[in-house]
Amino acid sequence: MKKVILFAFVIFLFTGVTAQEAEKNLKKLPAVNVKTLEGKTFNTSELSNNGKPMIISFWALWCKPCINELTTIAEVYDEWIEETGVKLVAVSIDDSRSTSKVGPTVNGKGWEYDFLLDANGDFKRAMNVNMIPHTFLVSGNGEIVWQHTSFSEGSELELINLVRKLNAEEAIDSH
Amino acid sequence: MKTKSLISLVAALVLLVVSESFAQSFLDGGRVSGNFQLDAQIYQADSAIGAYEVDEKMRMNTFANLLYSNKNFNAGMRFESYLNPILGYDPRYKGSGVPYWFGSWKNDQFEITVGNFYEQYGSGMVLRSYEERNLGYDNAFKGAKVRFSPAAGVTLKGMIGTQRFFWEQGPGLVRGLDGEFALNELFDKEGNCKTRVTIGGSFTSKYQETEEIASGPDEMLILPVNVAAWAARFNISRSRFTIDGEYVNKMNDPSAINNFIYKNGESLLLQTTYSTKGLGIIVSAKRTDNMSFKSKRTETSSSLDVNYLPALTRQHAYSLSAMYPYATQPNGEMAIQGQVNYKIKRGSKMGGKYGTDVAVNYSRIKSIKMDPVDGETTIGKMGTLGYKSPFFTFGEQLYFQDMNIEIQRKFSNSFKALFSYIYLDYNVEILEGYQEPMVNANIIIADMTYRFDNKQALKMEYQQLFTKQDEGDWLQFLFEYTIAPKWYFTVADQYNYGNPDKDRQFHYPTVSAGYTNGSNRLMVTYGKQREGIICVGGVCRNVPASNGLSLTLTSSF
Repeated sequence: MKKVILFAFVIFLFTGVTAQEAEKNLKKLPAVNVKTLEGKTFNTSELSNNGKPMIISFWALWCKPCINELTTIAEVYDEWIEETGVKLVAVSIDDSRSTSKVGPTVNGKGWEYDFLLDANGDFKRAMNVNMIPHTFLVSGNGEIVWQHTSFSEGSELELINLVRKLNAEEAIDSH
Repeated sequence: MKTKSLISLVAALVLLVVSESFAQSFLDGGRVSGNFQLDAQIYQADSAIGAYEVDEKMRMNTFANLLYSNKNFNAGMRFESYLNPILGYDPRYKGSGVPYWFGSWKNDQFEITVGNFYEQYGSGMVLRSYEERNLGYDNAFKGAKVRFSPAAGVTLKGMIGTQRFFWEQGPGLVRGLDGEFALNELFDKEGNCKTRVTIGGSFTSKYQETEEIASGPDEMLILPVNVAAWAARFNISRSRFTIDGEYVNKMNDPSAINNFIYKNGESLLLQTTYSTKGLGIIVSAKRTDNMSFKSKRTETSSSLDVNYLPALTRQHAYSLSAMYPYATQPNGEMAIQGQVNYKIKRGSKMGGKYGTDVAVNYSRIKSIKMDPVDGETTIGKMGTLGYKSPFFTFGEQLYFQDMNIEIQRKFSNSFKALFSYIYLDYNVEILEGYQEPMVNANIIIADMTYRFDNKQALKMEYQQLFTKQDEGDWLQFLFEYTIAPKWYFTVADQYNYGNPDKDRQFHYPTVSAGYTNGSNRLMVTYGKQREGIICVGGVCRNVPASNGLSLTLTSSF
């Protein structure tokens, strides 16, 4: 009996997998509650950029390469927006030890991104983030099309090139 | 026998048909995602630095998460394997299994989760479960939680569960309720009011069967089986100002951490910020008194915490500046912290062509004042009310002090640098439990990056720590060469040149390389690791000295 049930279960899983194959373009953002810098609850499924591409970057105040990435992009962010209409959403995974510091720090640095606070890692878990910085590229129709962990000098050029490709409706490799 | 197998077959067919149709409707539009990480270490003994022989020669930690989501339904699980746990992880992790799985369903108003879950109420001082995989920390609840939002701006939460204890569950049952009200969304739908106010409150309670704990030769403690705690919080913001705070109170909870005293615990956290483009200021203060809250009375390790007590100090990111990290003292501390971030304008004489970032941070943590309950009882005596403590008075003893300044500047398109100076006072006796004098350390850091072209860059780090106490002076150099976006190569050395014991002035050299392709990353490191505290995301663990090859593979999909 057990074996037969197991067999049926395997088939069930298999049909699940084929159902999966049929629906490929479903990499949408998960719906998780996070906070804005003003302390307002915000659902991540509402993230959008009016049909333009969007960058989502997971970072923390204690993460040197993350700060480096956001500082580097801040230099060219105005030009990026003007050229491509892209928006960057920086999701801080700092816990309650530092969440209050995020607002003053990013203002002090003059960063003009959209900021979200994910103090208990719920959005991080739903997005399968292990290490930060972890950056996602979301297309105008809300699909996650690309992701990358780590930052090194020059990586931002690859990122904006991918945004340009998205705008030109060229196919991009998901890695 | 025949009928039995016939029944089995029919049952299987029914199951198959049901699952097929179920699969069609249920799995349509579903999505599977996940991630995994593998950490392996091959050890070589090095008796000089205190790296001992590891019998297995190699040890490995692995985990993999799988998530399934389909519209309003989510499910997930995590496989973990520690064969055997890497040095520095609790040996009780040894083994493999699926310690985490959940299913959840939600609509606009409700969310129900069963299985293992993470949760945080307010700042976490009354309830928080979280994971820090890279440190082996996980106090997930196993049970059920619900969230209910009856109106915009109102969130009500409830939960019940036991806590993860390595491969088992802790003995205590934890129950919690939380409500949060965004007043503007409730009463000012047009958004006329410029002041935003959010208030919240929580209640948690833990239940653990009584047990026999002696407080004297013939005396047994009468232990509370239910321990309640509550918290109230607020957050007010108006244009450039915010102020937020939370107060927590816990009923008497005799435990191994507080030496089984019956005093109530309390904590207050207050923070205020002012910020405008180019300037950010934060001032915070915190009092903690007898706030260790665990779902097992006799637990003394970092496991089974029901709450989280955030430390009011800066989390340093360089290895020498993170050498003496602070962790909240749950039995009592008075803490203050201030930080200013300022950007000297682009194009100004001081700021240079690209502007200059300046950050100054100060924190100071002292003991709380403790007075005897009455004339005869010694302070903190087991089985008594412990002590009396005036709420706003600082104690005599300094636990930790940190003054630091950081200047970051881009000089040209190809060169940028960061300079930092840190002064630390670190109370070894309180924070590590050794009878050693307070460490006073001065640390200087220079971190420079030169870009050769659009892909290649070289980063140079110089760090030096000066102290007359503990192991004396340290020096660190690091060179990192990167080819964006895929490769990095690092050479580093930590040198304890100032160790008062001339035979222990060791070098700790390492070489490391990494390859990243999208969200797949492989890192290989060879070298020596000094004994010390590694901190990630606010949690610290002691790692023993080690020598050898380590490999990390991580991937998300």
